[in-house]
Amino acid sequence: MTKNLHGWARTALAIVAGTALWLGASTAQAQLRLDITQGVRDAVPIAVVPFGGQAEGAATDVAAVVANDLLLSGRFKPLERRDMVTRPTTGAAIRFEDWRLLRSDFIVVGRVEPDAAGLAVTFELFNVQTGQPLLSQRLPSTERGLRATAHRIADLVFERLTGIPGAFSTRIAYVTVDGRPPKQRFRLVVADADGFGPRTITESSEPLMSPAWSPDGQSLAYVSFEGKASAVYVQRLATGERRRVSARLGINGAPAWSPDGRKLALTLSRDANLDVYVLELASQGLTRLTTDGSIDTEPEWSRDGGSVYFTSDRSGSPQVYRIAPTAGQQPQRLTFTNGYNARPRLAPDGLSLALVTLDRGGYRIATFDLKTRNLHVLTDGRQDEAPSFAPNGAAIIYATRSGARGTLAMVSSDGRFQQRLSSDTGDVREPVWSPYPAAPQR
Amino acid sequence: MKWTHALAAAVLALGLAACQKPKQVQPEPATPSTPSESGEAATSGIGTDTGATAGATSEAQRQALAALQARNIVYFDYDSSEIKPEYDAVVSAHAGYLTRFKTARVRLEGHTDERGSREYNIGLGERRAQTVRRALMLQGVGEGQITTVSYGEERPVAEGSDEGAYSQNRRVELVQVQ
Repeated sequence: MTKNLHGWARTALAIVAGTALWLGASTAQAQLRLDITQGVRDAVPIAVVPFGGQAEGAATDVAAVVANDLLLSGRFKPLERRDMVTRPTTGAAIRFEDWRLLRSDFIVVGRVEPDAAGLAVTFELFNVQTGQPLLSQRLPSTERGLRATAHRIADLVFERLTGIPGAFSTRIAYVTVDGRPPKQRFRLVVADADGFGPRTITESSEPLMSPAWSPDGQSLAYVSFEGKASAVYVQRLATGERRRVSARLGINGAPAWSPDGRKLALTLSRDANLDVYVLELASQGLTRLTTDGSIDTEPEWSRDGGSVYFTSDRSGSPQVYRIAPTAGQQPQRLTFTNGYNARPRLAPDGLSLALVTLDRGGYRIATFDLKTRNLHVLTDGRQDEAPSFAPNGAAIIYATRSGARGTLAMVSSDGRFQQRLSSDTGDVREPVWSPYPAAPQR
Repeated sequence: MKWTHALAAAVLALGLAACQKPKQVQPEPATPSTPSESGEAATSGIGTDTGATAGATSEAQRQALAALQARNIVYFDYDSSEIKPEYDAVVSAHAGYLTRFKTARVRLEGHTDERGSREYNIGLGERRAQTVRRALMLQGVGEGQITTVSYGEERPVAEGSDEGAYSQNRRVELVQVQ
């Protein structure tokens, strides 16, 4: 494990646009590999100097994790380690002239020290041009919690420099498929947002699909065909305990959590027709939202829980609609551009939707501004789908194809920055980005 | 005793078909395909049970079932759930079997090609399965004899992002489950 990370840390800092970097842990899981396919030309150069107090081959190289996170955001270009002539670990030891020569705009230095309760990680952020200190903090940590602390530092640095909260302490869930039809193995996997530490949540020889994070980040709802028909499950990640919450006759699909975590909007086909329903989890009470004979599916709640967005083909082809989540309401059509718009997902600020649109012959990811009704196509694949916003709204992770295989990719919300997260083996699909962790990480 | 030989041959063909790796199945032209081709596709469906293993059924039923295994897939055009005329015979054959053997059960498995979003495709697959269901019921099959399931794009038989693969995946499989 250490060897692998050492090599990983080294390669992580070989930073050239287009270089492939290894992110995954050395488990048997398919690792996610980062390829920057469209770099931002004005990415901010920053030096993240190796932290003091870190033994050679330490399990977590804090500076490497921080640098990789900043690289992943698309907005920063971390300096390669081999270009660092000096390696200060305190602000006082920094000679800013050195770093101006290396053309870094900012510098992060720090150290890991033993502490009464475990470890303490101190970091300092400076503006290289002016020498001005921008941020410094001492974070309590432990050997096991060091990686989480590194992500927290990346969050703090990112927010201080961009004004946007970092999303580096979050997780992603996705589905992997190995083997070829008809003998395939489906897995639902959770990993850190940087691809580290993939963990199988559930696996099956029957399809798994549509994972959805609960608002508290503690559970995943998903669809499984393990019973030879589709059913919706809710699984608690910490314990592995899971409940089958809907196995009604016909289709059970597309679960979407209400903001209060008490309800799931989902798709049922109780009278041979697909419609959107709201299921109260505690009571199993069911409210039917749509009654049209068309396919109504893929619900998504608004931030205040007062609306549900969904896909319907009642106009003849799939488009995105909005409806109030009580019985007997009329839906309002939202999308009119392009002949196919589906799978709406709300941005964290509630002001736009990410969706799949058919744009000039390719299925692509677009954002739809709920106020201006403007559709902005962000990607250029042929088979892009399953968009999910990062909880800071700055990026969208989605599924795409690379040759014959499904891979994940990320695009910034304004479309300027793109990267691919490809996997060694198998097919990766349906990524969903977790909410922010409920409690601050140690 | 020619019919015994024919039955043995049919059972043998089924057995062989079950052992072979599923090959790509060509979409049915106007004429029905050969038993071995469709037999493979049948066994590649989920939970296919061959009549040959059910102890309670009669010889006649097993024979009739064997004949059905040769043609149990209806293919569809893009974005369509209409049964094209060339597949009327497939539906009729299954309707004939189900009305003749009232304890027989069929599971209609609906599928789509990979384009577009997954849950919407579950809906399209279901729509196709429902079309076949209605066609069967119109020919006298009892409601209780039919179940439907949609796999959307999740269970393709053909890999690839071209029309060849797409056309093989847009299908309903009629799986006799006794």
